[in-house]
Amino acid sequence: MRGALAQASLIRHRARTGLAVLGVAIAAAMLLDMVMLATGMRESFRELLLSRGFQLRLAPKGTLPFDTDATIPGVSAIIATLRTNPAIGDISPVLGASIHVLRSGRDVSGSAIGINPVVQGDYELVSGRDLKNADDIVLNDFMWRQLGARFGDTVTVALGYDPQTRTYSGQRRLVLVGLVRFIYGANDQPGAAVRRETLESMGTAGASAGRVLRDRASLFMVRVRNGNDAEQVRNWIEARIPSVSAISIATAIAQVDERLSYFRQLALILGAVSLFVGFLLVTTLVTVSVNERAGEIAVMRAIGVSRSHVVQQIVIEGVAITLLGAVLGLGLGLVTARYLNTILSAFPGLPMAIDFFLFQPRAAWSALGLLVVSGIGAGIYPAWRAASLPIAESLRREAIA
Amino acid sequence: MTSPRDGTDNPIVSVRDVRRDYPVGAERVHALQGVSLDVARGDYVAIVGPSGCGKSTLLNLIGAIDQPTSGSVTIAGRHVESMTDREATQFRLLNIGFVFQRFYLLPILSAVENVALPMAEAKVPKDERVKRASELLEYVGLGARLRHRPSELSGGEQQRVAIARALANRPSLLLADEPTGELDARTGTEIIRLFQRLNEDGTTLVVVTHDEDLASAARHKIHMRDGRVVES
Repeated sequence: MRGALAQASLIRHRARTGLAVLGVAIAAAMLLDMVMLATGMRESFRELLLSRGFQLRLAPKGTLPFDTDATIPGVSAIIATLRTNPAIGDISPVLGASIHVLRSGRDVSGSAIGINPVVQGDYELVSGRDLKNADDIVLNDFMWRQLGARFGDTVTVALGYDPQTRTYSGQRRLVLVGLVRFIYGANDQPGAAVRRETLESMGTAGASAGRVLRDRASLFMVRVRNGNDAEQVRNWIEARIPSVSAISIATAIAQVDERLSYFRQLALILGAVSLFVGFLLVTTLVTVSVNERAGEIAVMRAIGVSRSHVVQQIVIEGVAITLLGAVLGLGLGLVTARYLNTILSAFPGLPMAIDFFLFQPRAAWSALGLLVVSGIGAGIYPAWRAASLPIAESLRREAIA
Repeated sequence: MTSPRDGTDNPIVSVRDVRRDYPVGAERVHALQGVSLDVARGDYVAIVGPSGCGKSTLLNLIGAIDQPTSGSVTIAGRHVESMTDREATQFRLLNIGFVFQRFYLLPILSAVENVALPMAEAKVPKDERVKRASELLEYVGLGARLRHRPSELSGGEQQRVAIARALANRPSLLLADEPTGELDARTGTEIIRLFQRLNEDGTTLVVVTHDEDLASAARHKIHMRDGRVVES
C-alpha cells in the first residue's frame, strides 16, 4: 500500500516528477561518467599492457619504457641470464630509434622499433605480411599514407640526418612488406618496425652519427609462465640484472596511478558534486511535496496511519525518483561517455587502444548504489518532517488556510 | 454533561478539568480552560459555540490527536494524556473515526481504496477490506461510485466517502469537525440524515458544528464560549 501511495503521489504531479527525474538522470550520467573517467584510463592501460600477455617490462635502470633514448647494453647476456629462470617464458627485446624514410624525394621522419617477429608484442598486422627477411620493413597507416607507399616498394631508411652536411647516416634499403597497427603507439605519429638485427646493423653503419645500437635494447618484454608469480620473477630479475628496472603490470599501474592522481581526484570531486546536486534536487522536491501535503499527512496520521508508514512512503518517493533518474542516467552517461571518448582519444600522441571512459559493470553498480543511498538519504529529511508534523496543529493551520 | 444511554455508568468519553494552552507567536493561547464533560455510549452530541471558543481543540483531545496541558481525557477507559504517539496512533486506528470539514480524501485513490486505507493499516486482509469498503459505500449510498476518484465526486459524495472511511475499522466513537461546513443546504441535510441513521444503528457521535440543523439533530448539545463549557 505504501508503494502504491508513493507511486500515486508521484504520478499526481507528473510534470514536476518528470523534471526531477530528468535532473537526477543528468546528475547520474555525470556521476557515472566521472566514475568511468576516474577508473577508465587506469583499467584501459592495464588491459593494454596485458593485451599481448607480457607481464614484465625491463627498461634501462631508473627509466620507464621509451621514456628516454637510453638503451640497455648486453642484450645477449641478459637473455642468457633470463633463460636460467624456468618461470620465464618468451623474451622480446625491443630496440627503439628515430628514423628517416626516404621515397620518391620525400623524407618522412618517425620512430622505428627493432623486434624479433616471432615473439614480438608491439603491433598487429593489418595487411601484407610480417617481417621475415633482414631487408623487410612494416609501417603504420600514418607513415604509409605520408609516403604514398605501396607493397613491394623499396625505400631508403636512415638513422640520422646532419643538416650541416645534408647527409643521412646509417642508411639501408628496405622493402615495404606490411601495414601494421602499433599497440602502444599513437595513430597520428609515423611508425615503423624492422627486425632488431636490421636496426642494429644500421646503428653500426651510423656509429659516427653518435648511436651505437649493437647488442642493445631499449626494452625487454617478458612473459611469465602460467602458475608463477610475476612479482617474484620481477624481484629475481632486479636482483640479478642491475642495469635494468623490472616493471610489472602492478608497478606500471602504480606509476600511471601516480601520474593520473590529479586527474582522478578531479573526476571524483566532480562526481561527488553531481551526487550532491542529485541529492539536493530530490530532497527539495520531496520536501516541497511534503509541505504541500501537510494537511493530507496530518489526516492520514489522524485516522491511524503510523509514523513509520508515513516515513516509508516518503522515503519510497525519494528512492523511486532516484532510481528512475539513475536508470535514465545510465543510458545518458554511456552515450555521453562514448561521445567524449571519441573526442579525447583523438588527442595527439595517445595510443589508439587507450580509452578515457571505460564501462565497467562494477563501477556502474557502485554509481547506482551511491545514488540509491543518496535517494534514501534525500527522503529522510522530508520524511522526518512529515512524521513529526503535529497532527492537531497541522489540521488547525489547514482549517485557517 | 450527557447521560449514558446504555444503562451503564461508564461514559465512553470522560473529560475532566482539561486545559489546553498553545503558543501563537510570542503569546500563549488558552484554548481550553478547565473543561469537563462525559459522553455516553450510543449518544449523539453536538458541540456548538462561536469560532475560536475551543470546540475543535476539544474534539482533537477527544480524538487522541492532541494531549491536554493539564487535566485528563479518558476514551473507552484509556487515558489519552498518558499514551505514547505509537499507542495513540493504534488507538485512533481501532477506536475512533474522524470526519473533517474538507473531507481530506486521498485524491489519487478511488472511493473504495480511500475507505479501505484504515483497514489496510489495521492489516485486514485485502479481500475482506475491499468487501467491507464496498458495503460501507453501499451504506452511505455510494454503491455505484466505488471506483470513482474524489475529483469525480460531488462535495456531498466525498463527505459520504469520508464517513465510510471513518467507519472502516468499526470505531466505538465517530468524531466530526464541521462535517457540513463545505456543503450546500440540500447536501448538508443528506449528511445530517446519514449521521442520524448511524446513531440509530448504534454509533456514538460527537460533532463540532456551527450548523444549527446539524446541532438540532443531535441528542445533546454542549455550548462553549472562551474555552469553557457554558451549557450542556
